[in-house]
Amino acid sequence: MTIATTDRVPIELVRGRGGGGPASTRTVVAYGFWIFIISDIAMFSALFAAYAVLSGRTAGGLTGRELIDLRHVFIETVCLLVSSYTCGLGALSAERGQRERYLVFAAFTFVLGAAFLFVEISDFVGMVRVGAGPWRSAYLSAFFTLVGMHGAHVTGGLLWLAYMVAQVIAKGLRPHVLRRLLCFSLFWHALDIVWVGVFTLVYLKGAR
Amino acid sequence: MLGRLSWAAIPLYQPLPLYAMGVVGIIILAVLGVITRKGWWPYLWREWLTSVDHKRIGVMYLILALVMLLRGYSDAIMMRSQQAIAIGGAQGYLPPDHYDQIFSSHGTIMIFLVAMPFVVGLMNFVVPLQLGSRDVAFPVLNSVSFWLTASAALLINVSLVIGSFARTGWMGYPPLSELAFSPDEGVDYYLWLLQISGIGTLFAGINMVTTIIKLRAPGMTYFRMPIFCWSALTSSILIVVAFPILTATFVMLLLDRYVGMHFFTNDAGGNMMVYVNLFWAWGHPEVYILILPAFGVFSEVIATFSGKALFSYRSMVFALLAICVLSFMVWLHHFFTMGASADVNAFFGIMSMIIGVPTGVKVFNWLFTLYEGRVVFRTPLLFSIGFMVTFVIGGLTGVLLAVPPVDYVLHNSVFLVAHFHNVIIGGVIFGALAGYNYWFPKAFGFTLDERWGKASFGCWFVGFWLAFGPLYVLGLMGMTRRLQNIADPSWRPLLWVAELGAIIIFLGIVCQAVQLYVSIRTRESHRDLTGDPWRTGRTLEWATSSPPPPYNFAVLPRVETIDAFWEMKRRGLTAAEPVYETIQMPRNSPIGFVIAFFAVATGFALIWYIWWIAILGLLAILVTVMVFGWSENREREIPANEMARMERARLGLGRPA
Repeated sequence: MTIATTDRVPIELVRGRGGGGPASTRTVVAYGFWIFIISDIAMFSALFAAYAVLSGRTAGGLTGRELIDLRHVFIETVCLLVSSYTCGLGALSAERGQRERYLVFAAFTFVLGAAFLFVEISDFVGMVRVGAGPWRSAYLSAFFTLVGMHGAHVTGGLLWLAYMVAQVIAKGLRPHVLRRLLCFSLFWHALDIVWVGVFTLVYLKGAR
Repeated sequence: MLGRLSWAAIPLYQPLPLYAMGVVGIIILAVLGVITRKGWWPYLWREWLTSVDHKRIGVMYLILALVMLLRGYSDAIMMRSQQAIAIGGAQGYLPPDHYDQIFSSHGTIMIFLVAMPFVVGLMNFVVPLQLGSRDVAFPVLNSVSFWLTASAALLINVSLVIGSFARTGWMGYPPLSELAFSPDEGVDYYLWLLQISGIGTLFAGINMVTTIIKLRAPGMTYFRMPIFCWSALTSSILIVVAFPILTATFVMLLLDRYVGMHFFTNDAGGNMMVYVNLFWAWGHPEVYILILPAFGVFSEVIATFSGKALFSYRSMVFALLAICVLSFMVWLHHFFTMGASADVNAFFGIMSMIIGVPTGVKVFNWLFTLYEGRVVFRTPLLFSIGFMVTFVIGGLTGVLLAVPPVDYVLHNSVFLVAHFHNVIIGGVIFGALAGYNYWFPKAFGFTLDERWGKASFGCWFVGFWLAFGPLYVLGLMGMTRRLQNIADPSWRPLLWVAELGAIIIFLGIVCQAVQLYVSIRTRESHRDLTGDPWRTGRTLEWATSSPPPPYNFAVLPRVETIDAFWEMKRRGLTAAEPVYETIQMPRNSPIGFVIAFFAVATGFALIWYIWWIAILGLLAILVTVMVFGWSENREREIPANEMARMERARLGLGRPA
């Protein structure tokens, strides 16, 4: 049997209610990536929950109050938030087809992200040196895992950014490159949202 | 060089795994030999292993599920036999260490490698067809999902031969699953294979949600979607939100085991109840991930074989959505005995009863759909009716268990075992088998044999009740789960009845195999030439041929109502030849297969502490993803005149005028 088709469908009537037919590739890709980000945030929520339960269980080891230096955390936060801003500017330039401007902003984003990671890693190393490594207590396990998971995401983001810059240089701002840039920006901004949670719950609350 | 892997890992001292290994090895070698002799490798590689067609991937998921069902069933019959023999002084034939591995792998296989692939496979095959679209949103990712799931299946079978599997039960509760109490590779097999399959499942969920939200045919508003698509949507949403919790929980346990952290250990402030809570924050939504698509199957089957529209479509949709939300609010009923306060237990007890309400709504809808319908008792409908009877009883015992004081008595008894098999076999497996019988002609172009289908249903139904009915009674008599030796000889008669039930279920599986064989042999006599083998199909998958062309629909159907195909038939829209357009189809890709290959290598290396292979494997995955990420011509174009030619050939029309 052939497919029954008809031109009498009042598609216009249902367009606003999801009856407009398949979406464009750009929409589909961005939407799928949104769903991925939701799943990523669900994963972080499990780590946050574990941290919330275990944060008081220091087992006689050092506590957050003794370990956290809020000045470092302030620097990290500024680096990450500003990198999100430059990432946004980069995305706008890319959408307008301004390749050189995009590359400049991407470089800023990369440097700021790397600075964030540098401060984070040196903090981690300092903690391990004073005997407060992740194997010392449940609190420190949860601390290193939650903050470290965010740091691992930032690291992955930096690799991805470098890879995207290579694509932009090699291929220019073609539609499929632009779609991937869009996903990268979504990812990078989502890391900021997670960081706001880490900053508040782990650092501000932990330093008191 | 090889970490902790040595010849000692091969269990030469245990005869049973060796036999199993020999049999499985011979079967695999025979299959590979036949394929090589007949020269099928190029065909397999081109048309199946690298295929990104959602229909092919769906079929491969189902094959995986059926094969693993045999493995999971072997575990089950071994346990039942042990419990039927090892009563009183008798020790049976399974030593405790081996018995523990068997109940752990039985649960792990049945949940993750039978029920999940069955459900995901059905969604994969059916949803794009029902939506009137040409493929899922991300076809290559879909192939990656499947091959990651297959990798996990491979790893769990490797654990049969090399080393041992976990002895912790399928939940892997700490502190037993911590390094201090499970120092060998068993728990690591469990954790890594579930991490790999979990990532595959997550990708499948993301793919499904995006497909359903963004790729519906023109005119298909949300409330014109077939009910199976709604059930797939709600199930996929649960996958997206629940599976990452499992991943994170296992990450924490892995860090405990590999790095020496203290999330769930007894010392240094660890708290094992964090694991238990997080596990069930995934685990309870998981049971709805499994059952919601089964509900969708039953809704389609019952409407089709009653010749009627589904009763109260909207209440069905809202029931699905209500279950989707409520499923995240009941997790604590898996461990009332944790010792939370009475208020907490009361809250979760009440929530667990409330979640029964939307399910009850659905049962009434199905009954009212059957009522005054022109009911045709084909195999899928028999499974649906068997489901309704079985599932209602399983639901009632669930409500019993949701009463905290009762749960304190029945916790970890075989009453609980009977309850969840009651809902998972009576719900998910019956649903999967109903769907298998219902959509088989769509996938292969001929219907399955009815006589053997009905016989298999009879065996499954009777076998199920004989196998699990006695467990309810034994649970009330005080029998706890996972006993390698039965102390009380008065339980013997009931355990023998249960053994008999398990054997009858096996006959059901045999009938299924015979059904498949007979149907293939006699396929010419029951070909489906119309695309609508049941004559009363209501939704768009029946609007295309059986099997459908790779692009599903030459011209995207336009949807004006719910039950779009029924409406087309009612109006007699058999249509003049449509105007063909140039379409884009995804190219085949070996990415999924390659990534899965490296995932197996990495997982195996991590289990055995072979760090250099693990690092190489991860780098290889990264490089594979980057190579794929650089490509751009992932689609091939089928020009309009080519489409017209193919359609005419397919539909047996003459040359264009």
